[in-house]
Amino acid sequence: MVDRDLLLTTKQMASFVANGYLRFDELVPQDLNEAAIEEISNRKIPREEAGTSSEEIWPDPSAVGRVFRLPEIQGIIQSLVGPNPLYDHHAVHTVNATHDVGQIWHADAIIDLRMHFDIQFFYFSHDTPREMGGTMILPGSQFRRISESDISRYQNFMGQIAMDCKAGTVVVVHHGIWHCAQPNKTDRTRYMFKLRLNPTVRQLRLWNTDDIDDPTIPGILSTNHKWYGNEDRLEMVNRIKFWRFLTGDDDFDLHYWLGRLENQPETAPVLSE
Amino acid sequence: MQQRQKLLVLYLRSPDLASQVGSWSVYDGAGQSRHTTGDSENPPYNSVLEAMQDGWRVIQFPQQWPAFPGMEYQTSYLKNEYILEKLEDFDG
Repeated sequence: MVDRDLLLTTKQMASFVANGYLRFDELVPQDLNEAAIEEISNRKIPREEAGTSSEEIWPDPSAVGRVFRLPEIQGIIQSLVGPNPLYDHHAVHTVNATHDVGQIWHADAIIDLRMHFDIQFFYFSHDTPREMGGTMILPGSQFRRISESDISRYQNFMGQIAMDCKAGTVVVVHHGIWHCAQPNKTDRTRYMFKLRLNPTVRQLRLWNTDDIDDPTIPGILSTNHKWYGNEDRLEMVNRIKFWRFLTGDDDFDLHYWLGRLENQPETAPVLSE
Repeated sequence: MQQRQKLLVLYLRSPDLASQVGSWSVYDGAGQSRHTTGDSENPPYNSVLEAMQDGWRVIQFPQQWPAFPGMEYQTSYLKNEYILEKLEDFDG
């Protein structure tokens, strides 16, 4: 079990629900980054079989295995997908030097109707300044029902974020997040290591819920994104439903968006005079 | 001089042509400029109306459809997609 202090807080979970990702700058120690980049750049990380217990992959002395066994990373994993998740796949994403075309926008998923969700780690083992990329993500896109690269006509969005970060930065995303690799204008190859994990337990209050009643949480869950336009209220409904799923609180609401729709007086008994 | 089509795709906050741009793409058939994902932080125009005032011609209006039953609260692709064009000189 992970130390409770290393689990995500409710405020962090609310941010994950509103934005579809969490970012942890310089989380991995530099000596481990250097060992990991040696494995990543030399393709030394074996591909495991999908559905394998994540506890069985990349045993010591694998540096990448040690990255994902860091207590802080284990705390993130346990908070989002619970103990002993399954390995789905990994990828060493490589953008060659002076590659000046961005990858098309896509999600790493076909249309996925589950409320349960997978997570993907984006691990940046070396410094990734903006001129080197890195991965660009679109906050708040994770609930959109689209299939993989069907969104490739789009080029730019208000609020898009490129991962301009230092070595050791880890981003964890909901499987539905829209993202794309950015051009690498430097003379060095860029790497990003991706790992997808599947839950094996009901994703119910897996994090540190000590702050579950924090009064700032509705505000975090109500974070707007400029690219939503007039669909912002529909996205609030998506978040309310997801928060109810995560917390088990079937009465949770934001600004009465769902409560008024659930009010069905036609089913109430007729009052007699 | 031949001409080629340059397309500007603007996704608006609402169907109102004066409403704000939330997403944008440029495809240049004349090859005078190259565009790719993440290449700008702000749109070239704040609205379709502003682009029209700069000479862009609207060639597609998004149709508006009621939600399919059961999909009233689903979000998916960007709804308010306007396609605009300019004809650019092309020295082929």
